[in-house]
Amino acid sequence: MQTRDKELAKEQIVRMSGVDVRKCMRCGKCSGTCPSYDEMEYHPHQFVYMVENGDIETLMKSESAYKCLSCFACVDRCPRGVEPAKIIEALRLLVIRKKDGNHMTADDIPALVDDDLPQQAIVSALRKYSK
Amino acid sequence: MKVSYFPGCTLRTKAVELDRYARASAKALGVELCEVDDWQCCGGVFVSAKDEIASKLSSVRALVCARDRGTPLVSVCSACHNVIKQTEHAVSTDVTFAERVNNYMAQDREPKAPYYGGVKVIHYLELLRDIIGFDKIKAAVKNPLTGKRIAAYYGCMLLRPGKVMELDDVENPKVMEQLITALGGEPVVYPMRNECCGGYTLLEDRQAALSRAAEIGESAAGHGADMIVTACPLCKYNLEKSGGELPTVYFTELLAETLGVKEEADADKR
Repeated sequence: MQTRDKELAKEQIVRMSGVDVRKCMRCGKCSGTCPSYDEMEYHPHQFVYMVENGDIETLMKSESAYKCLSCFACVDRCPRGVEPAKIIEALRLLVIRKKDGNHMTADDIPALVDDDLPQQAIVSALRKYSK
Repeated sequence: MKVSYFPGCTLRTKAVELDRYARASAKALGVELCEVDDWQCCGGVFVSAKDEIASKLSSVRALVCARDRGTPLVSVCSACHNVIKQTEHAVSTDVTFAERVNNYMAQDREPKAPYYGGVKVIHYLELLRDIIGFDKIKAAVKNPLTGKRIAAYYGCMLLRPGKVMELDDVENPKVMEQLITALGGEPVVYPMRNECCGGYTLLEDRQAALSRAAEIGESAAGHGADMIVTACPLCKYNLEKSGGELPTVYFTELLAETLGVKEEADADKR
């Protein structure tokens, strides 16, 4: 990514999420409380400082954003009100809103369902993983 | 009294028990749940991005219906409640979002007056606690849950984000424990009751999601519970499929059973 593109991507994430990444004091509580920590290559506190540093392309290429549960544990437990889950959401949207950017489509669903699966799981996954 | 009621997609399909016993119990307690006109699926999860508009319109339409009726809006599914409550918060605190929502809504076939927030959005548990009252519920109990050790599972969506949901103390909730006590049971408090069950990541990584749910089941069992109660169909699925030893039931089923209206509701099922 060119410098200008990096700045634009950062601006976009800040605008979409409404998060002020500069409030972060690097305590790591968000990652400490994240139930998906072990599944992630980059962890919630890294999302925050990598966005602050404009290192967004790395995050966009990683699968980490798809591991976020949107459970908001990091949001409610952050002592500085930084709301990392909203950063991760904005990053994920930046990827899936691109042409052919969907991470999951309706065609993927039949192989993933059983007779007991609530519809809620399907609509939620498609809302998070596709545009 | 009458309140507006948003059932949601899953309560018409895989989670009919959650809906059926909610209606029967409310009726037994003197509240009529009046379904929102022509409701549409809430989408299952709230997308927190400020520029995500269209996916929140179904919630706004439900809110407009409740506003025009002059009633609170009640949901029983944790996910529907979370999405609608967060949409209500967004539309009443973010003017830009509200304007964009109303621009879309003006295109509806029969456009309603613009919406800028104001409807009281409550979960069924708040209906029980704040409108009906646990004392009244206690007095209506016919088959108390005597001797049953019950673990309330909140998960994430009922409680968070805490400053928007405002259901209860976000780290130390007690509304479900109070309900269990009112129904004559013994609530079991355990550490994992407000951690996420794995949710929709089930479809992304089934094993990872079910291992989240398994930790919750083990935590409840380890604290001596006989069963887990939940308000969310996806939590119930994940807990059941994670291989835990405890049965998982909807809190409305326990409520209907305790109030003595379960059999009647089953006989009356649609």
